Amino acid sequence: MTTRPVQAEKNLQRIDQASKDGIGQSPLRPDGTLKVKGEFAYSSDLWHEDMLWGTALRSPHPRANIRSVDVSAALAVPGVHAVLTHEDIPGAKFYGLEIADQPALAVDKVRYQGEPVALVAADHPETARRAAKRIVVDYEVLTPITTEQQCLDPETHGYVHEPHEYKARAHGNLCHEQRLVAGRGVTDEVRALADVVVAGEYEVGMQDQAFLGPESGLAVPAEDGGVDLYIATQWLHADRQQMAPVLALPEERIRLTLAGVGGAFGGREDLSMQIHACLLALHTRRPVKIVYSRDESFFGHVHRHPARMRYEHGATRDGKLVFADCRIVLDGGAYASTSAAVAGNAASLGHGPYVIPNVRMHALALYSNNPPCGAMRGFGAVQAAFGYESQMDRLAAALGMDPVELRQLNAVAQGDLMPTGQPIDAPAPVAELLQRAKDRPLPPPLDPSDQRALPGALSNTSHGEGIVRGVGYSVGIKNVGFSEGFDDYSTARVRLEVIGGEPVALVHTAAAEVGQGGITVHAQIARTELGVERVTIHPATTGIGSAGSTSASRQTYMTGGAVKLAAEAVREVLLDRGRRRYGWTHRDLTLTGGQVVSASAGVLAPLAELLGDEPVEQTRVHRHRPTAALDPETGQGFGHVQYSFCANRAVVDVDVELGLVRVVELTAVQDVGRALNPLAVVGQIHGGCTQALGLAVMEEIVLTDGKVRNASFTDYLIPTILDTPPIPVELLELPDPHAPYGLRGVGEAPTVSATPSIVAAIRQATGKALTRIPVRPEHLTDTP
Amino acid sequence: MEFLRPATWDEALVAMAEHPGALPVSGGTDVMVELNFDLRRPSAILDLNRVGELTEWSTDGSSVRLGAAVPYARIIDELSVPLPGLALAARTVGSPQIRNRGSVGGNLGAASPAGDAHPALLAAGRGVRVEAHSVRGVRLIPIDEFYLGVKRHCLAPDELIRAVRIPVADGPQQFSKVGTRNAMVIAVCAFALALHPADRTVGTGLGSAAPTPRRADLAEAYLADALAWESGDPPADGVVRRFGELVAAAADPIDDVRGTAAYRRHALAVLARRTLAWCWNDYREQLGRTA
Repeated sequence: MTTRPVQAEKNLQRIDQASKDGIGQSPLRPDGTLKVKGEFAYSSDLWHEDMLWGTALRSPHPRANIRSVDVSAALAVPGVHAVLTHEDIPGAKFYGLEIADQPALAVDKVRYQGEPVALVAADHPETARRAAKRIVVDYEVLTPITTEQQCLDPETHGYVHEPHEYKARAHGNLCHEQRLVAGRGVTDEVRALADVVVAGEYEVGMQDQAFLGPESGLAVPAEDGGVDLYIATQWLHADRQQMAPVLALPEERIRLTLAGVGGAFGGREDLSMQIHACLLALHTRRPVKIVYSRDESFFGHVHRHPARMRYEHGATRDGKLVFADCRIVLDGGAYASTSAAVAGNAASLGHGPYVIPNVRMHALALYSNNPPCGAMRGFGAVQAAFGYESQMDRLAAALGMDPVELRQLNAVAQGDLMPTGQPIDAPAPVAELLQRAKDRPLPPPLDPSDQRALPGALSNTSHGEGIVRGVGYSVGIKNVGFSEGFDDYSTARVRLEVIGGEPVALVHTAAAEVGQGGITVHAQIARTELGVERVTIHPATTGIGSAGSTSASRQTYMTGGAVKLAAEAVREVLLDRGRRRYGWTHRDLTLTGGQVVSASAGVLAPLAELLGDEPVEQTRVHRHRPTAALDPETGQGFGHVQYSFCANRAVVDVDVELGLVRVVELTAVQDVGRALNPLAVVGQIHGGCTQALGLAVMEEIVLTDGKVRNASFTDYLIPTILDTPPIPVELLELPDPHAPYGLRGVGEAPTVSATPSIVAAIRQATGKALTRIPVRPEHLTDTP
Repeated sequence: MEFLRPATWDEALVAMAEHPGALPVSGGTDVMVELNFDLRRPSAILDLNRVGELTEWSTDGSSVRLGAAVPYARIIDELSVPLPGLALAARTVGSPQIRNRGSVGGNLGAASPAGDAHPALLAAGRGVRVEAHSVRGVRLIPIDEFYLGVKRHCLAPDELIRAVRIPVADGPQQFSKVGTRNAMVIAVCAFALALHPADRTVGTGLGSAAPTPRRADLAEAYLADALAWESGDPPADGVVRRFGELVAAAADPIDDVRGTAAYRRHALAVLARRTLAWCWNDYREQLGRTA
């Protein structure tokens, strides 16, 4: 086992690697400087000669029937080239990631505010927007179905999808549900085994991914009747798969190339303007660009499911958990998106990284007339972690125990069973992560003479008055990779050839680089496996097999694994060539420093010579080990590929009179299996913690009767650098034997675990129960 | 839409006379947001960036004549001594980029109840004047008469703000703003306090607490009377509390996405008490030095 205190610069560089900038080292990302200097080309910067600009007319109502749509006034605007409604769609009218229940353009009704109703293409974006406003839609406005109680009583309040049009797997306004029973479940008999029982109800607001690059792309009609789409997305092939039936084109005539992505966090898993741009381009035979404005972006992608949760935990007097009874209600909004998988995650991870002999869990995803919700970093595990970690603190208080000790006493470890019955067959150092977070020195006390350090900072609300410090802990669990029997794979092609006398590797995958640093890591893997310095990353396209989604913390594991396999295959072909050509019989050959090296006999041949003018190219598909569906009633099954764990300690200063919070420090300790690029790993953990901080104290899409009240960065607040504390990171590297290089996906675990630690710290400072996030000043000051 | 770019102040006034209701733009930190969000489609825009004198300030020792387009960053750097309350408010405006472009003239032109400069201007005294020019002449508008309603002010359609005249501080001034993040945030509510030992009066200003920025008249009168100006003795707890209550009572806030009315009232009372303590400490120090 190695641990890596990240502050120590020397630990960021490993010297046991033969290849410069191979795995374990921290070469800088190629796009980093460009992005900081504003020179990186994002999808919104795309341009094509003769291109038109597309825009969508969106519904102002969360629920309405459409009596008629009159586009004539829009078509009459000079400069307008096309106005399309669902009637102009050549193929299927509905699409979806898992369930095709979402219309590409509204058909006779709208189910959420912002649903696209019609499209306009014009020679100028402003012309397109003005023309869209001239489209006359006659709505019969209906009362939206927005609350849990309304959703679960369709007889009274109606159906989001009428029974005859319902396409999901449950019924009524239920999109999906997953039950889980472990041990004896939760019965009166089981309850009686507990000396102490604590129960609580918790609520999580609707968080947004708040990526900075709005949805955008460019569709170019092709001579073969197909279309080329340059697009910022998370999964090129899944986009294409959903687009083809709507465009009535075979998949091979839809070619996607990844454009510069300005952040994703799950918000680009679902389609946004892909179909719209292609419909307009195919209709007008002109290239069409669509770029969302900031407010349109808030309506143009799914959000994190808001949740209402009820938890009951029982424990013995000495702190051993006896049972957990959980109900998690997720509001999926108008369309399914990934609600089923989010509910599955909530159910299978919603008890936390704890050994609990008896569990009963019921996770539901609702249909409502609220904005559609789907993937966001943490994917169902975030909401639950706020519930179970709040419960751990409540239980510790009821038992008079230290909250960290209570967690450690019940922490899972390798060899334990999850409540799904799945054995944890890789390291799970939950207790140690907590211990390391606890053992770190605490930050110095508040210095009120530094105005920037106070809650409110330069807003000058306190000079030290009313400030109370609090400390809180939490730990979380997240799955890595696609679960529940999904055939999850990635494809990579690696080519090695001589360019300018030097061996150069070319790596081609369809993996979406969304800022996570995949392209850096893929190059590192190629360097390590092939012993070369120069690696070129081919643009991500559908010209190669799928890489799967850049989500579920999976791309280094999956596409990294595919690059490793392809590079190993290239290496084998080369060594075979050497054996045939030179009669090598060594069993200790490696490619190192641009040469074929035998551990015993030394350098055998330069790679450039072995390659000559015969490049080697190999394509490989990497699959993780298979998983299985969860039983719908018992939740039992080998559901997940890998688990990842992060523990946090939050230190906060709270102005208890004004209810303002400043997070002073947010420690993260995470087992990453193997850090392929330690600097990038720390960056992911910093980002994940910061997004979790946002959910804890400020980030929420505020809704009233299904309408969004803060679709702007003026009122949807995300943390600034003055809100972001130092985030000391400790990495554990306990290799997972099932994973390439033993690595563990890192991107999401801190987003799951950090939020509850911050809330716990605020609770400690204020004594308030705080059962809802984000915590608002009103909650801390008892003002309604 | 016409885009007018006068080279001089006189040309600007003529342009306004010819295009009454034209939307003046300087830093663009409000105007461009409204245009980009398509909240506003003015028939004409008047770009004041070529009119250099708008970014200048001067003082005769008793008041500062602050050019309408002097950016907040310069107010912080250059005017913290004569205009401490306004400089504190300027620090809370947006981000560094916004403070490099935004100005008090723009804040007044937008007349948003959430504008950060307004409470400090109100607290600085009833002598604050907005200097409004048109081809018809110059009006000196008392700050208390300037704000008419949400994003409405008393300028005529052909008038431009040339400058604001603000008395030099004769005593301690403070500004506090509550937001739900620690920087770059629109005020949930804001409060400015100025002590005026010269005439033993008190100035207040409330932001994001009513349809317009407003002062807490009763609180001002109560505190001016209750303070021990002569001795510098700290006000009794009851006085501080009562002052906070009167400030809160002067507010007429709404529930909105940024905060509730009840919280705004609560927070204003806290800010009133704290800023009073800070100002009075400074005042006592000044008394001690002059004694």
